[in-house]
Formats: sequence, C-alpha cells, structure tokens
Amino acid sequence: MADSGSEDIAVIGNTDLTPSESENNVKNAMVEKGTSLLKKMEISVAEAEKRTGKNAVNMQETYTVYLIETRPVDAASEGTNPVPDSLWRRYSEFELLRNYLLVTYPFLVVPPLPEKRAEFVWHKLSADNMDPDFVERRRVGLENFLLRVASHPDLSSDKIFYSFLTEENGWKETVFETGFQAKADSRLKALNATFRVKNPDKRFAEMKHYGDELQSVISQLLRVRARAADRLYGVYKVHGNYGRVFSEWSAIEKEMGDGLQSAGHHMDAYAASVDDILEEEEHYADQLKEYLFYADALRAVCRKHELTQYELEMAAQDLTSKKQQREELATGTIRTFSLKGVTSKLFGQETPEQREAKLKMLETQIEEGEELVKERNAECEEFVKSAWVDIERFKEQKDHDLREALISYAIMQISMCKKGIQVWNNAKECFSKM
Amino acid sequence: MSGSVVDNTVSSGNSSVAIPTDISGQILDIDEDDDLEVFSKDTTLSDGSSLNASMQTSSASMINQYKFEEEEEDADTKDIFVTVDNPESHVTAIETYITYRVETKTTRSEFDSSEFEVRRRYQDFLWLKGRLEEAHPTLIVHPLPEKFVMKGMVERFNEDFIETRRSALHKFLNKIAEHPIFSSSEDFKIFLTAGSGELTSHKKQGPGFLSRMGETVKAVAAAVRGVRGRPQEFTDMQEYAEAFSQKISSIDKVTQRIVREQKEYLEELKECGPTYALWSQSEEELAEPLKNVAGCVDKCCKETEEQVKHLNDHLIPVLHEYVLCADTLKAVLRRRDNIQADFEVKTEALATKKADRDADSKVLSLAWDSLVGRSPEEVKQQKQQKLKGEIKEMRDELDKVEDRLEWANNALKSDWTRWQKGMRTDLRSAFNDTAERNVSYYEKCLAVWESFLQSQRTDAEGNGNVDFS
Repeated sequence: MADSGSEDIAVIGNTDLTPSESENNVKNAMVEKGTSLLKKMEISVAEAEKRTGKNAVNMQETYTVYLIETRPVDAASEGTNPVPDSLWRRYSEFELLRNYLLVTYPFLVVPPLPEKRAEFVWHKLSADNMDPDFVERRRVGLENFLLRVASHPDLSSDKIFYSFLTEENGWKETVFETGFQAKADSRLKALNATFRVKNPDKRFAEMKHYGDELQSVISQLLRVRARAADRLYGVYKVHGNYGRVFSEWSAIEKEMGDGLQSAGHHMDAYAASVDDILEEEEHYADQLKEYLFYADALRAVCRKHELTQYELEMAAQDLTSKKQQREELATGTIRTFSLKGVTSKLFGQETPEQREAKLKMLETQIEEGEELVKERNAECEEFVKSAWVDIERFKEQKDHDLREALISYAIMQISMCKKGIQVWNNAKECFSKM
Repeated sequence: MSGSVVDNTVSSGNSSVAIPTDISGQILDIDEDDDLEVFSKDTTLSDGSSLNASMQTSSASMINQYKFEEEEEDADTKDIFVTVDNPESHVTAIETYITYRVETKTTRSEFDSSEFEVRRRYQDFLWLKGRLEEAHPTLIVHPLPEKFVMKGMVERFNEDFIETRRSALHKFLNKIAEHPIFSSSEDFKIFLTAGSGELTSHKKQGPGFLSRMGETVKAVAAAVRGVRGRPQEFTDMQEYAEAFSQKISSIDKVTQRIVREQKEYLEELKECGPTYALWSQSEEELAEPLKNVAGCVDKCCKETEEQVKHLNDHLIPVLHEYVLCADTLKAVLRRRDNIQADFEVKTEALATKKADRDADSKVLSLAWDSLVGRSPEEVKQQKQQKLKGEIKEMRDELDKVEDRLEWANNALKSDWTRWQKGMRTDLRSAFNDTAERNVSYYEKCLAVWESFLQSQRTDAEGNGNVDFS
C-alpha cells in the first residue's frame, strides 16, 4: 500500500489490477497490519467554526469547518508538550476521503461518517445543520470516524488518509489525481450483478441479509426512541407548572405556605433535569446510528462480492460459449443457434479458408478467455478471503461496541432513576411540612 | 387554632350592627347537651333556601358546640364508621340505576342499634346534601361527585366511573360523619338507617312549593340589593376563596396534563421492548443482552403504567373534590351575605317606621280625619297605636334575623377554620402519597436496570473482555 516503496499510490481498482500488483499489495498489507496509525499518532477533531465563502456557482454560503489536530504519541511521554499540528477541513472533504476509501478498499467495511442531515429528531432537537448542538455532535462523530480509520489494520496506512490529516493544501487535487472516481462501480452495474449472480458465497449472502435486518431494526429503534424522548420531555416539563402554581398558592396560605413553596422549587428542579437526561440519551442514539450506517458499509462489501462473483461467472460463461463455438466449427455441426448457422444454411457454407481463419480467432479468444477466468477467479478468491477477515473483525467490534452501548444505556437509566428518587424524596419532605 | 372560636362571642365588635344587650327574651330553652342542635319549626329564613327548621340558638350555646370540634378527632374518639361499597345495578321498566351499599357501625346512643346496612342511590345522596345545606346554609358541606361526566364520554355504567363515584360517595359520608354538626343531623341518621320505604316517605316532608317560592323571591331581592356593611374578615374569606379556587383548578389541570403525557409516553415506550427483542433475533453474541434489555424496558413499562394508575386513582379525585369545595366556599359566603342583606333591609325598614312614628304628621291626618268626623286626638292616638304595633312586629322580626345572622357568621367562621384544617390534611397527605409513589416507581426501575448491569458484569467477568470503569 502506501509504503510499498513505489511513489505511486497503490490503487486497488476492481478490474485492471495485474496479478503482480495485487500480490504486492497483499504483501504490504501483511507488513502494515498491527502497526495502525493510532499507535504512532494522537488524532482529534478539536473545534468547529463557521466560515463564509463563495461556492462552486459563485454564491455566498456559510459552512462549518472542523479543526483536526495531530500529535506524535511519543511527544507526550518525552515530557515535552509540543503544539499539535492542525488543519481545517469541512464535511465535504471528509466525504471525499471516505468515497476514496470505499472505492480503493471495496473488501473492507469502511467506517461511516456521522449523518449528513439530522434525522430521527424529536421536537427539542433541531434539524438545522447550523444548530450548535448538531455541530457539536457532528464534531464528535467526525473524530470517531478518524479514530476508527486510524485504528483499522489496513486503512490506517493509507497515504491519502495520512495526507488528509497532515496536508491542508492540495489534498483534494491529490485525491482526484488517483483517478479513483473512474474506478467506482456504477450503481447500475452493481444492481445488475445482484440480480443475476448465480452462486454467491453463502456467507456473504447471509451477511447481506443480516445487514438489511440490522439497518431495519436500528432505524425502528431510533424512531421509537425519538418519539419516547419527546413524550418524556413533555412529562418532565409539565411538572414545572406545579412549581409556578405552588408558589402562587403558597402566597395565600399561612401554615401551608412554606411547604408548598419549597416543594414547588423541587418541581422546577425536576422539570429542568430532563435536559441533561435527554442529552445523554442522544449520545446513545449516536452510537446506534454509527452502526446503522455501518450496516450500509457491510452491505456494500457484500454487493462488491456479488459483483466480482458475477464477473467471474460472466467470464466463465463467455469462455464456455466460445469453446462450444469452436467445437461446432471443428465438427461442422451446429448445435447452438447462431446467425452464422442461419446464414450458412441460406447462403451456403463458407470456404475452408474462412473456417480456418475463424477457428484461429476462436482459439486466441479462448486462450484469452481462460486467462481472464483465471484472473477473475483469483480476484474473487482474494476478495472473499480479505473481505471475510475484515467482516469477522467487524463482527467482533460490533458485538463489543453495542454491548458497551447497552451497558451505558443502563447506566444512564440508573442515573435518571437516582435523580428522580432524590427530587421526589425532597418534595415529599416539603409536602410533609405543609 | 384552638380557642379562636371562643372569641366569637356576642359582644365581639365585628358586626357593624349594634347588638342589643338584652337578648334574654329571645333565647329559647336549650338542651344543655352539646352534641345536639336545637331546631324550631320556624321557616322564616330569607337566604334563598327553604327550610324545614331554623337555627334559633343563642350564640352562647353555639360557642359550646364549636368548642367541641377543636378537640383532635383521633381514631379513639371516633364513634361512627361508615362505608360505601358494593355497587349494584337495578333495572326497572322506566330506568336503570346503580345502588350502593351503605354500612354503618356506631356506638352512639341516638342510634337504635350498633350496625346498619342499607342500599342508597345517587339521588339519595343528593337529597341528603340538599337537606344539610338547607339546614345550615353557612356551613361547608363536602362536595358530592358530579352527576354525569361529559368529558371523555364516560358512560354512566362504566366500571371506572362507578368506582370513582363510589369512592367519592364514601368520602362524602365520612366527611359528614366527622362533622360535629352534620353528624348529629336527623336526616343523616335516617339516611344511614332507614329502609327504602321509610326514606321515601321522610323525603316527602318539607316545606311546600309555594313557601319555597316565597323564600326564593325574598332571597333574590336581598341578593340584588347586595350587602352593604360586610365585615372585613368575610371579605378576606371571599378573596381567599377566589384565589384558592383558581389555584386548585390550576393544579387539577396540571395533574391531568401530566397523566395525559405519561400515558402517551407509555404508548411509545411499549414499542421499545419488542424492538429490542426483534433485534436480538438477528444477533448471536448480542442476543442475550438485547433480550435482557427488552425485558428491562417491558418491566419499566409496567411500573409506569401502575404509577399513572395511582395518580389517576388517588391524586386526581382529591384535587377534583377540592375544586368543587372551592365552589362550595363561594356559595356559603354568598348565602351569608344574603342573610346580612336581609338584616340590613329590615333594619332600614324599622328605622323608617320609627321615623314615621316620630314625625309630625298632624297636619295631613287632621285634615282627613276632620272630614270623616273624628277628633284630632283620637286620630293621633289610633295612628300611634298602629305604628307601635307595627314597630313591635318588625322589632321581633329584626331580632330573629339578627340572631340568624350572628349564628350564621359564627358558624361560618368556625367551619371555615375546620375546613381549612381538613383541606390541609387531605392535600398534604395526597401530595405526600404521590411523592412517595414516585420515589417507589424510580426505585423499582432502578432495581431493574441494576440487575441488568449485574448480569452483564458476571458475563463479562466470565469472558474477561468488558471494562466497567
């Protein structure tokens, strides 16, 4: 990959990688594994800022940029604390990076970006991309993305990724120069393969199905959770009205006044406590969202497998048909329908010279075809092997992360309950003094 | 609070009307038994409600009565226990209605036996309330549940509605039983003990329609005129009643809104558990924690449901009762005002009559009477006799009304204090219970999630891969 010694970026496209290049990449991948970037470098997305500027169609626009800070790991341990290197990037540049990685490493489950637009919002959350809470959550999400990539055994050693973190100017041009956009599969091609592939690897088919289910169930969970959060917000906030009325009521009562007044304060506190509670829950929702988008990345790998498998099958089919044609030509029998057959019937058989020429051509084509099939077969196998390794890695990561998320959700609920117990115990004391 | 009633003696200068020192002629012979009220059959009360009896008791005896109520009513001193339960539906050709079993256990001597069981319908309760209000226009009668609940389209025979009503009726009777004046009411006793036939015939007694009409007309006249010299303390009470009414209505509304929001929250939460369960079906390693979480969410749902039910069954009815109480307070103050207005009217009339008597009207009458051939002296004598007679009548009437007013004012003041004490106790305990219930709700949910954490810990320790820091 990046440090293979050649100055060129080792782009792993789908179709035009020679076997030697492919071998080289695999070798490098094995060398780089275990030395993920994160071990050498601290990465963070420290800040966000608003900028205005002219966009592609020369109109004024406001956008947000994020400050990426990097610092060598050793620096801190040496006692010195140098100023971190930093540069500013906007969301669209992150998207560009990710698209590059998707095309370049189609056999890897590429970490997702935080959502482009706020979805699954409940009424208090703003759907506005400029809203400071949204920007803050996005900052965290972008940092998470960089950390995920930097800790991936394969992705972390990518040169483009490295320069994304370190080279502010000219990075975009560098990415485009890799020509990765041309290597991207067209959606139509991918869709076609999905429908027509005959023998995809069973495990990948299952994984794709799992990806579908995961996406569906997490979407549902996020929706339900957002609605419940909305309602819970209402319940807490209405208690604030108690605060106001108790206070007013206490003014007309003699003995009950004090108890009412202080109980009212606790009701206000109760109403206010929901803001923190729901902010924490948003964090949980973000963790779920990451895996919602990861499901998509997983499905992308499976689709890529279908494509490579399909192309192998197409090549094999083509070879078979060419072999058959040769047979027919050699033996003079026409078993398959062909235009040749029809015209020869109509206009008479061709000359022996013509037949010779055709046979020769077919032989060449068959040779080439066999080479192609061998190539595609190797590609397919290679893809299946590396992809499955990453899928297993992803599975472990997912199980670990989601379990942690569920645990942190439980911890959040416990904290919420503890707050509730405290407030209502206080209120009870005040009521008993009424 | 004790001792304040003793201040409300006849000679307290609160009323703006001079109270004659000699009232001995007006005092009836009263039974010295403090528990009983004394009734006479005089029906002249112009406060808009027709009566069967009036309360011509002296303020002195009244003081004694109210002193009684200042003693704390412990369970030990409670000598009458009333329960309302067992609703049953009755179908006749004309209508369908519900009756409730009213059971009384008492050691009071005025009751023939120590246990009674009768069946009563809502109409009967209404009748009892009406009677108590007629007899004591300025005492505060605890409200009855409303006749028919329109909002929410509750059917009359819906289970929840019947239970809510039963509970409110039970409270109503108990409030009556606790009240020093009401609990010795003859009507109350009959309500608790009479068979249905006996009750029906007792109900038929009472002033006829015409006399009731007469009283109403007088009352309207008094109300229209309005009261002129209302003592400050009653104005204060009026202001309090207004403010209290507003506040308690607000609290009632807020509480109802909370119940609504909680119910909607519950609806959403109910979908969470099944979604986690669905997810667990696609997972291997994660299946167990996901199923566990699904279970936890479902348990919390149940707890939320129960908490809402508690709010609905305990806090809301109490708040609702006191919303109705606020209206009762205002009505009681209005009636007191009417009595005072009546007194003021009669006082003015007497003064006018007296002025007539003292006025020199010789000229006119002489002129007339010489026409009809009578001597001026005779005419003057006749006139004076007539006026004297009229004045005596008005004087007597005025004294009665004065007493009535005095009694009404003192009754109201005492009962007001009593009511406030009761309100404080009821609302304090209702809010206290709610807070306690909320604490318990959160404690239960806490336990649910802690057990989840526990289960994950033991798992993790087994696998050695989760960090709980």
